Amino acid sequence: MMLKESCTVLSLDEIEEDIYSMWLSSQAIAEEARPGQFVNVYSRDRSRLLPRPISICETDPAQGCFRLVFRVAGAGTREFASLQAGAHTNALDVIGPLGNGFPLAEEKGKRVLLVGGGIGIPPMLSCAKVLQEDAMAVLGYRSRAFLQEEFPQACPVFIATEDGSSGSKGTVIDAIRENSLTADVIFACGPKPMLRAVSAWAAKEGIPCFVSLEERMACGIGACLGCVCDSNTLDRHLNVCKKRVCLEGPVFLSTEVKL
Amino acid sequence: MQVKLAGIELKNPVMTASGTFGSGQEYSRFVNLSHLGAVVTKGVSIVPWSGNQTPRIVETPSGMLNAIGLQNPGIDVFCERDIPFLRQFDTRIIVNVCGHSMVEYCEVAERLSMEPVDLLEINVSCPNVKEGGIAFGQDPKALAGIVRQVKRVARQPIIIKLSPNVTDIKEKAKAAEAEGADAISLINTLTGMKIDIYRRGFVLANRTGGLSGPCIHPVAVRMVYEAAHSVDIPVIGMGGISVAEDAIEMLMAGASAVAVGTASFRDPLALERIIDGIEEFLDSQGVEQIQDIIKVL
Ligand SMILES: Cc1cc2nc3c(=O)[nH]c(=O)nc-3n(C[C@H](O)[C@H](O)[C@H](O)COP(=O)(O)OP(=O)(O)OC[C@H]3O[C@@H](n4cnc5c(N)ncnc54)[C@H](O)[C@@H]3O)c2cc1C
Ligand SMILES: Cc1cc2nc3c(=O)[nH]c(=O)nc-3n(C[C@H](O)[C@H](O)[C@H](O)COP(=O)(O)O)c2cc1C
Ligand code: FES
Repeated sequence: MMLKESCTVLSLDEIEEDIYSMWLSSQAIAEEARPGQFVNVYSRDRSRLLPRPISICETDPAQGCFRLVFRVAGAGTREFASLQAGAHTNALDVIGPLGNGFPLAEEKGKRVLLVGGGIGIPPMLSCAKVLQEDAMAVLGYRSRAFLQEEFPQACPVFIATEDGSSGSKGTVIDAIRENSLTADVIFACGPKPMLRAVSAWAAKEGIPCFVSLEERMACGIGACLGCVCDSNTLDRHLNVCKKRVCLEGPVFLSTEVKL
Repeated sequence: MQVKLAGIELKNPVMTASGTFGSGQEYSRFVNLSHLGAVVTKGVSIVPWSGNQTPRIVETPSGMLNAIGLQNPGIDVFCERDIPFLRQFDTRIIVNVCGHSMVEYCEVAERLSMEPVDLLEINVSCPNVKEGGIAFGQDPKALAGIVRQVKRVARQPIIIKLSPNVTDIKEKAKAAEAEGADAISLINTLTGMKIDIYRRGFVLANRTGGLSGPCIHPVAVRMVYEAAHSVDIPVIGMGGISVAEDAIEMLMAGASAVAVGTASFRDPLALERIIDGIEEFLDSQGVEQIQDIIKVL
């Protein structure tokens, strides 16, 4: 049976303005999680009922812990950012790992282009750590970069910033063009406009593209139908043209869903 | 802990609230469904419904708004897949029925008459669909009509699920009873709205949504009390129950059974904790049987 676990906050660091890296204890999540899966984190304030979905950025099965990297976006993430690391009184309730994750095993041996935009970069880091020399990463930022130096040596990293402060000026698409990048398959996570642009480029190049979607969640396990996206085909379980981001997703083949 | 609803015995008075628990499959990873008094399924219609666009949910202080729009796979898939799934467990099966018209409600009820389900819950109170749903629950004539028609075709006892978005709940409860409803359940969600002040737009694609969760509990207790004291048929109380004490309030207000919805989102084990908590309360208060705390006010 799956459990809601109370996870101790082992460390918490602000790695860039309003962006935090947090390690949480959980042997089960550390062992089971696959890149692209997420956890649902519950606020300690009982007036905030719904879970905050956060991608798993890294796992450490030997130490029994996993890492989240999140941006302060509202009251819930602000609360997480204000916790004290170490103290057992500052445990967070977490359910996970949830969702499907990127198809790393299925696409094994192929050259994978990882495309991450902003707070969509953390799951790309976990993909890169598994794929190593099979991966290439393109990371898009508004201005200041984060996590880029943590990508493995073997994985080439290309950067795009909107203000041109580092790497290519513009979007991830500009960086892909400037560096004439290509691949056998693309894994992407980031804001919707970025996902649209990347999947349009992928379609033109004839490269299959997997995208990780965001939607508001209530149950996080497939029961409430709050988190659906439109799909191009009839879903076998739902029997309508929708997919549950929390269960069938968050990762979909770009041609499978309406972006 | 046993209670009786329209001649059907439940092992305890705690059931799931429709739409918050699917058909039980997803939550069965967390909860032993055989511990529950009953599983009430998501609303099911004669053909598949796609529901509303997203965003469909938004958090509010101690609550949430939802505008799912009764997405469901339709009665055929439901009968082939979900009923056999639920039959594996030692619990009662209550099917929540929705439709756009009188005919559609009756078609679903008729289709279910051959199926091994224990009760039907007729949802005349969904605030999130344009036709049907709440329109039937707010107009006493339409409400009476639907109860009469469904009662004609249904083989199982029927529960009428009432909307709190009315001025006089007693009148609606009486109308349902007069036409032969075997029980009533309330409250469905309260219609609400959330505005994103920075985008100057509605948060929900549907603009309005149904409010649920702890914030509606006092309203629900009041309405359950009023309904239970105006009819003789059993009342199922729901709305914001998240701990055993909330459920006990509902029972004391007059409910013969309770349903738990939004609380499962925050804690998938909420249902089991509530069942255990009621039992502990009875023990600690020296109460012999659950009936001794039902409708004591
Ligand atoms: C699968 C998935 C993975 C994610 N991974 C990350 C990550 O690794 N790092 C990160 O910083 N953020 C991630 N997000 C976004 C993150 O969930 C939101 O930023 C967060 O929920 C905001 O909560 P809040 O209380 O701070 O904001 P508020 O705006 O106060 O939240 C109010 C409500 O809306 C929901 N909500 C608000 N924004 C989003 C959103 N973008 N997606 C889903 N629900 C939202 C909240 O969960 C909450 O229920 C992910 C979202 C999804 C769906
Ligand atoms: C996401 C969601 C979906 C719902 N779907 C249905 C439904 O299909 N049919 C129905 O009769 N009520 C539906 N409801 C209403 C609940 O069954 C219940 O009446 C209401 O949420 C109040 O209880 P709660 O505060 O414990 O959630 C839904 C509620 C929620 C939150
Ligand atoms: S969040 Fe409930 S179905 Fe996905």
